[in-house]
Amino acid sequence: MDATATTMTSSSEASKIPVFYLADEHEHADGSSTMLGFWLYLMSDCLIFACLFATYGVLGGSFAAGPSPKDLFDLPLVALNTSMLLLSSITYGFAVLAMDKERTGQMQAWLVVTALFGAAFIGIELFEFAHMIHEGATPQRSAFLSSFFTLVGTHGLHVTVGLIWLGTLMVQVARIGLTAANKRRLMCLSMFWHFLDVVWIGVFTFVYLMGVLR
Amino acid sequence: MFDNPDLLKMIFGRLTLDSLPFHEPILVVTFLGVAIGGAIVLGAITYYRLWGYLWHEWFTSVDHKRIGVMYIILGLVMLLRGFADALMMRLQQAMAFNGSEGYLPAHHYDQIFTAHGVIMIFFVAMPLVTGLMNYVVPLQIGARDVAFPFLNNFSFWMTVAGAVLVMMSLFVGEFARTGWLAYPPLSNIGYSPDVGVDYYIWSLQIAGVGTLLSGVNLIATIVKMRAPGMTMMKMPVFTWTALCTNVLIVAAFPVLTAVLALLGLDRYAGTNFFTNDFGGNPMMYVNLIWIWGHPEVYILILPAFGVFSEVTSTFSGKRLFGYTSMVYATVVITILSYLVWLHHFFTMGSGASVNSFFGITTMIISIPTGAKMFNWLFTMYRGRIRFELPMMWTIAFMLTFVLGGMTGVLLAVPPADFVLHNSLFLIAHFHNVIIGGVVFGAFAGIVYWFPKVTGFKLDPFWGKMSFWFWVSGFYFAFMPLYVLGLMGVTRRLRVFEDPSLQIWFVIAGFGAFLILLGILSFLVQIYVSIRNREALRDVTGDPWNGRTLEWSTSSPPPPYNFAFTPVVHDNDAWWDMKQRGYERPLGGYKPIHMPKNTGAGIVLAGISMVLGFALIWYIWWLAILSFVALLATAIGHTFNYNRSFNIPVDEVLQTERVRTELLSGHA
Repeated sequence: MDATATTMTSSSEASKIPVFYLADEHEHADGSSTMLGFWLYLMSDCLIFACLFATYGVLGGSFAAGPSPKDLFDLPLVALNTSMLLLSSITYGFAVLAMDKERTGQMQAWLVVTALFGAAFIGIELFEFAHMIHEGATPQRSAFLSSFFTLVGTHGLHVTVGLIWLGTLMVQVARIGLTAANKRRLMCLSMFWHFLDVVWIGVFTFVYLMGVLR
Repeated sequence: MFDNPDLLKMIFGRLTLDSLPFHEPILVVTFLGVAIGGAIVLGAITYYRLWGYLWHEWFTSVDHKRIGVMYIILGLVMLLRGFADALMMRLQQAMAFNGSEGYLPAHHYDQIFTAHGVIMIFFVAMPLVTGLMNYVVPLQIGARDVAFPFLNNFSFWMTVAGAVLVMMSLFVGEFARTGWLAYPPLSNIGYSPDVGVDYYIWSLQIAGVGTLLSGVNLIATIVKMRAPGMTMMKMPVFTWTALCTNVLIVAAFPVLTAVLALLGLDRYAGTNFFTNDFGGNPMMYVNLIWIWGHPEVYILILPAFGVFSEVTSTFSGKRLFGYTSMVYATVVITILSYLVWLHHFFTMGSGASVNSFFGITTMIISIPTGAKMFNWLFTMYRGRIRFELPMMWTIAFMLTFVLGGMTGVLLAVPPADFVLHNSLFLIAHFHNVIIGGVVFGAFAGIVYWFPKVTGFKLDPFWGKMSFWFWVSGFYFAFMPLYVLGLMGVTRRLRVFEDPSLQIWFVIAGFGAFLILLGILSFLVQIYVSIRNREALRDVTGDPWNGRTLEWSTSSPPPPYNFAFTPVVHDNDAWWDMKQRGYERPLGGYKPIHMPKNTGAGIVLAGISMVLGFALIWYIWWLAILSFVALLATAIGHTFNYNRSFNIPVDEVLQTERVRTELLSGHA
């Protein structure tokens, strides 16, 4: 037997031969790459917003003799809206703290509060949009309004998706509890939610505050 | 019912019987050909009862190897379509002189040059490159699969869905007549009111989701799943280029998504992003799409550079010269590719300073690229070069690509570009780098890794036929275009006034014919190789005396790739193992944890395709229905927590025993 012969000869040199494989299985824990993957996705999403911000930056002054930010933006309403979203981020943080302590009920309660704040944010945004459209400031009216509605609307769409996701996760936690998979999903949504918060701060500053100053 | 137009419009949207191109004989004949061919294939699958096999083993597979192979098959199938478009254009341009209108009406010709570009970039080059990365990267880093196996399957099917939509436009409605980047205002609703641009938007949006997710997937795979010991600077160069390419994908494709969404809003909702009035700015589109578009060409070429690095080193029997500089050159190209987009439209009129900046950054890219060229040359220097097919493609690449690179630097000079902008010189330049770089790279990669995928080599005779037809055909087809471009002939023309130009177009047409022979030879090569597979069989798993980990396992590799996770000590891990007396373990196997197959990917992509179709034709009820179905299916899929299984020890033992017998039988 050739094979055994070579094994015999080489076994004497075994000390020189380095380890070329792991005899024991080294397991990549399920989902060990999920956080990195989700970060990468978030950064790609961030780029979509970057494009929309850039478009707003270029076209935001093209009023086409239509209304300008000064005519349209109601800062107290936007401040209220902003506070809804910021509060929802805080309450999501409380939910994650409860999750870490394995308090499922408490966590679910905080998630409900988060969802309510999120829904309030969407509601106020829709009210704002409806008001503007009613005044004739439609997305078709000027390039400024096209880019405004698209930037703010894309953010709102993301929050809506976040709400659907939140509802789904609450059902899943209720059904099978705080398993590792569900915790991972909750952490992903948490990153998503805070990310939308950060984007909104950009929108609030860049679109609303600077728009009124313009 | 048929006399109620409102009801019909509600049910079918814009889709009417007139949308079917019965009046275009070329399309009718093509349709008959495709229908008969398709019926034969589907019939054969049914007759041989292969549907179950295909569904369980391929369509629903989350195995990166199977998905990689499916990507490459998609790329090759679409190559036939994209090349048919090229042949038709060459024929038209060779004919349309001396008052002849050629044989293609303008309406059709404009669709053909648009479809040719879109298909070749998105549905040929991208699937070929993604397929190679998908297949090879996990094997090269000693992993058992990618980080997100289900996502991988989903990405593939989204790409297919986009491809199907493009193909559908051939027979149902029409494709865009705007050129491959669909610049507004031409692509806006006022000037392109038909479905062509909508086909363009939705097929690219759907395929783009797949591309983006596959980028995320492969980055996570390379960053997180390398075998122990494989530090970043011990990764094979192909893996490095794959990493950089996927970083580019994640950083560039969102821009495409955003800009196509804005164009879509202009067309569907009547917004004014890229219109000529109400404050819109079409140049915003051109900027954004090239912020994606320029990185895109590096997305395609970097993995090809990786293939050439592997091939040069393997077939010279030497360690790659200048590994570190190769890695840094790749990274520098990755970064610089973001700083050059404006060179695609120097004529926009952004002024001397801006044009100078982008001209200089463009020229700087030739430095790291040149460094790579010298690294390959020095790898070959004093190597024992084996002129096997992959090496032949590599040498053809080195000669051809240098030429294309030099015309690129020429175009990077803004004053020269003002003269050559949109001329056939530009067309010759980018075909020179894409065919000479990406296509030759894809062929080198396919020939190089084919024995790993199948367990037998490709037939060298037909491979050489294909090689010489392709290479000579390329030169015949594109060198005349350089000449024509220098004479001032612009791109996308359908008829010509000056009869003295005709000879160049005839030569170019002859070149396209040679390339046709090259493609046919490649198909014959595959057929002959499968027929002679026993003679071409390789049982060692290492037919080229390879250097990287993919050659350490069997060909084809088992589903789990490696029975034991390899430990890496050197850049050329497998070479190092062979040199230092690695013994393949014959026992002590453990059960192996693997992801389960799932049909969710193909279902989601299928629904996305229906959604796209409904949106293209304004069939709103179907759009709403398929959107709801998409959401429900996606959410439903998240309720499936049971996504993995263990391959039992017995099965591993059995698989490995077969390999042991093959290896000893060979020795």
